[in-house]
Amino acid sequence: MIGEWLDIGWVDEIPVRGSRTVQVMGGDDIAVFRTGDGTVFALADRCPHKGGRLSQGIVHGGAVACPLHNWRIALATGEALGDDSGCTPVIPVKVSGGRVLLCRAATMAAA
Amino acid sequence: MEHHVNTQGGDPREHLVVIGNGMAGCRAVEELIARDPARYRVTIFGAEPHVNYNRIMLSPVLAGEKSFADIVINDHAWYLDNAIQLVTSDPVRSIDRAAKTVTARSGLTVAYDRLLIATGSDPFIIPVPGRDLPGVISFRDMADVDHMLAAAEAGKSGGGGAAVVIGGGLLGLEAAHGLTLRGMKVTVIHLMPTLMERQLDEAAGWLLKQALEARGQTILTEAHTAAIVGDTRVEGVALKDGTIIPASLVVMAVGIRPSVALAQAAGLDIGRGIKVDDHMVTSDPSILAVGECVEHDGNVYGLVAPLWDMCRALADGLVGRPSGYRGSVTSTKLKVAGLDVFSAGDFSGGPDAEDIVLRDATRGIYKRVVVKDNRVVGAVLYGDTADGGWYFDLLKRGEDIAAMRDMLIFGQAFASGGGQADPKAAVAALSEDAEVCGCNGVSKARVYQAIVDGATSLDAVRSNCKASASCGSCTPVVEQLLSITLGADYGGERTVKTLCKCTSFGHDDVRRAIVAQDMRSIPEVMQRLHWSTPDGCSGCRPALNYYLLCALPGAYKDDQQSRFVNERMHANIQKDGTYSVVPRMWGGLTNPRELRAIADVVEKYDAPMVKVTGGQRLDIFGIKKEDLPAVWADLNAAGMVSGHAYGKSLRTVKTCVGSDWCRFGTQDSTGLGVKVEQMTWGSWMPHKFKIAVSGCPRNCAEATIKDFGIVCVDSGYELSVGGNGGIKVRATDFLCKVATEAEAMHHCAAFIQLYREEARYLERTAPWIERIGIAYIRERIADDPAGRDALAARFRYSQTFMQDDPWAARAAGADRQQHAPMARFTPVDAREMA
Ligand code: SRM
Ligand SMILES: Cc1cc2nc3c(=O)[nH]c(=O)nc-3n(C[C@H](O)[C@H](O)[C@H](O)COP(=O)(O)OP(=O)(O)OC[C@H]3O[C@@H](n4cnc5c(N)ncnc54)[C@H](O)[C@@H]3O)c2cc1C
Ligand code: SF4
Ligand code: FES
Repeated sequence: MIGEWLDIGWVDEIPVRGSRTVQVMGGDDIAVFRTGDGTVFALADRCPHKGGRLSQGIVHGGAVACPLHNWRIALATGEALGDDSGCTPVIPVKVSGGRVLLCRAATMAAA
Repeated sequence: MEHHVNTQGGDPREHLVVIGNGMAGCRAVEELIARDPARYRVTIFGAEPHVNYNRIMLSPVLAGEKSFADIVINDHAWYLDNAIQLVTSDPVRSIDRAAKTVTARSGLTVAYDRLLIATGSDPFIIPVPGRDLPGVISFRDMADVDHMLAAAEAGKSGGGGAAVVIGGGLLGLEAAHGLTLRGMKVTVIHLMPTLMERQLDEAAGWLLKQALEARGQTILTEAHTAAIVGDTRVEGVALKDGTIIPASLVVMAVGIRPSVALAQAAGLDIGRGIKVDDHMVTSDPSILAVGECVEHDGNVYGLVAPLWDMCRALADGLVGRPSGYRGSVTSTKLKVAGLDVFSAGDFSGGPDAEDIVLRDATRGIYKRVVVKDNRVVGAVLYGDTADGGWYFDLLKRGEDIAAMRDMLIFGQAFASGGGQADPKAAVAALSEDAEVCGCNGVSKARVYQAIVDGATSLDAVRSNCKASASCGSCTPVVEQLLSITLGADYGGERTVKTLCKCTSFGHDDVRRAIVAQDMRSIPEVMQRLHWSTPDGCSGCRPALNYYLLCALPGAYKDDQQSRFVNERMHANIQKDGTYSVVPRMWGGLTNPRELRAIADVVEKYDAPMVKVTGGQRLDIFGIKKEDLPAVWADLNAAGMVSGHAYGKSLRTVKTCVGSDWCRFGTQDSTGLGVKVEQMTWGSWMPHKFKIAVSGCPRNCAEATIKDFGIVCVDSGYELSVGGNGGIKVRATDFLCKVATEAEAMHHCAAFIQLYREEARYLERTAPWIERIGIAYIRERIADDPAGRDALAARFRYSQTFMQDDPWAARAAGADRQQHAPMARFTPVDAREMA
């Protein structure tokens, strides 16, 4: 049976206002974020501008600032905020019993 | 046992047996009696020796505000009047579903027609060594409170009296508060960065921590308990970092688990709790369950409000008029240790949600309402929770708040005031002597007078009458007054550039306030200076982190998440996501051992390029973030440390050949450069900082385009500052000439400290000096020996904390998670795994 969700670890392995990555062989990494109030989001680890690693940016409110040229990307939608435009794929994620679960289909599609 | 139970029963009625004499069990019986007092014969088993009492009132009992008698809900007379058999101190040990009997610890066996399980929750005990020692307790029942009171009493006579509470949630903080009032010295150990993280956001959690610390508690966040130590009874708690906190009492309050063991052994369906339907019936139709031990529709509850709803549905079912329980939406309005906090709904924000934040530092208030599509979706209140119910109501009803949006945060009285919903009208309606600025006691009339007298901008008002000059929370009101008074003449433009859009203060105001008010953390600055966002932005967070680091060397705990990626990773990110690594080469000198180590690293980690930099050292490109710690370990082994090519910090000290070899050299410029670099490396600064030492005025080290330049001459050392070779080339300004190496270094230390303390974050020395003038620098560094000594002393003191190679710590395993992915999948693996 193929489960719908991939278990990637404990939620407290992700620093608050920080992120961790999940490697998918043959594809882009996935960046998993945890915001100041503890919500978890996942995006392809690739800025819509020039591919910067969003996992390495500064997380504030519900957004991350890309480390390369400081675009702000909304964590829930993957959309660039402000005057910039572009979108990064969102990977559905949920937290259950303290474990972080990624949507299998979206994870594999990102690969 | 207090009552004899007649197990024969001449009574023809159905027998309802209740396991658990707690809040839900007894409430269910009350509801049943209210509907039909005669229908069932009732027997209640309780593990505790007491009649039914109000568990949520245990905190006031511990705190000494109430006695046990005050919190009894149903006394013995109630059981007698209603002919309820109560069996105390005798927990039920097994259920025989085939025979329809339960058997208690004493051996007593009772037959039932209907069984109600209301066993509540078990406190979770973290599996650390020493957890079974006497003196380690939880906080769940009256017996625990008696233990705590006895420990506090013993502490008084023995002079000990220290307690550790593990867990900074509601229960832990209540226990800590009570024990503090009872005279114990209390330390709270909490695993997460902020207290009560489930109910509160970071800002409110920080306020709570401040308030509790002010009452004498020690609160350790992000602290991991490793073991409880002691021989025959508890003597202390050991943390993972090696700290030992002495204690004669340890209270574990890290969470609760539904108490399901009995039901599980009887073969009932169990999820997270005992599974029940809408009528609180378990998988066995004769057995019901209610309270914290149940799981309904996937939810378990830990507050009393949902239990009351459950008990109503249960009683309706028992008397044959089923109504059904449909789950509960909960809000938390709590008095934690006498402090008001409230939270409801989803306050996690997100991009399409907007935060409305109000902070009143003087009164210790923080309010945050989260709005999505003109509807309230969440709220966190601290200090003033009066409007909690109103926000919760708006949330549950999904009411459109567009019309009162601007006033929403001020609460119901303001926002529902009809015509008042225009902020300008509200300000205009204030009386003349209404106090506009609480910090400086400035009335509306006084602000008005200032404007009429010609203060036509916010800054002018601030300097004229001090309104809005301190905490800034009245800034919007002052701006309203400006616009009411000046009409179209008020441009609304600020002349001071704010630090970022999260605040109405400029860099200098913020820095002054941090020092003057002795602020100690980023959430504290945000609260006291009324930040308009819950946790800042990528502009202000790194600036605040630096300002605090500079103001509190040694005491401030650096916030990694407030640093740009390069400073977090201690390497420079490249456009493909790999990193470049630049080890320090003191004064541009190197040797075979270092060169060999660099060559080995390049080969071992397949670095695609290695390059000589413009800063006289070698840069290794294309290192993967996973490999960084290993690369650093190899470089460390050859004696090299981080070159901070990534930091807002000292970069390089460039030197030329100098008197040792060069036919023109006047002094040992290379040696001096090495010494200067050894004094200054590791220091964090507003921006990057470069130094150079040239051996003669030919200036081969380009000292006159550096932040601090030294040019050696026959008679000494010419010092100059504020040079820049970057986007806008600027030659240095001459500072002064000194006679000795020691003086040159002393001036250098003093200048760096002045820059660290007074420049704005991300302002290099060149624009800083253009802004304040070289005359000021000369006054502070060249002409004021005492001031210079003080600056240099502060720099050297701060350096005692900074000169730790960050690479060594990482190579030894610190912050591993920054380098390793959380998980790895190959598409095939992932499919097989499931
Ligand atoms: C590696 C190096 C180029 C080289 O191969 O020579 C370099 C590389 C970068 N420089 Fe530089 N600068 C390097 C010497 C210089 C110099 C020359 C010097 O130090 O003598 C200058 C002019 C002198 C000066 O700073 O006044 C210089 C002026 C800049 C500037 C403009 C600064 C300014 O105030 O205008 C930037 C942009 C910035 O910092 O915002 C910059 C930024 C950068 C960054 C950090 C760009 C970035 O943000 O990614 C480059 C990082 C590459 C990397 O991953 O390593 N780099 N950069 C040099 C490293 C020196 C070292 O050993 O640490
Ligand atoms: C100190 C404290 C403060 C609290 N403050 C609040 C608050 O402010 N607001 C709020 O909403 N909630 C609060 N709560 C939570 C609230 O008390 C619980 O939600 C509520 O008591 C749950 O009721 P219950 O009947 O399910 O469990 P309980 O009240 O715990 O009752 C279960 C009873 O069953 C007994 N029992 C267990 N197993 C057996 C057995 N095998 N045989 C016989 N008896 C057994 C137990 O001894 C216990 O007496 C607080 C809890 C505590 C401990
Ligand atoms: S000059 Fe520009 S391209 Fe070259 S290293 Fe410096 S920042 Fe990068
Ligand atoms: S790549 Fe992200 S902002 Fe340029």
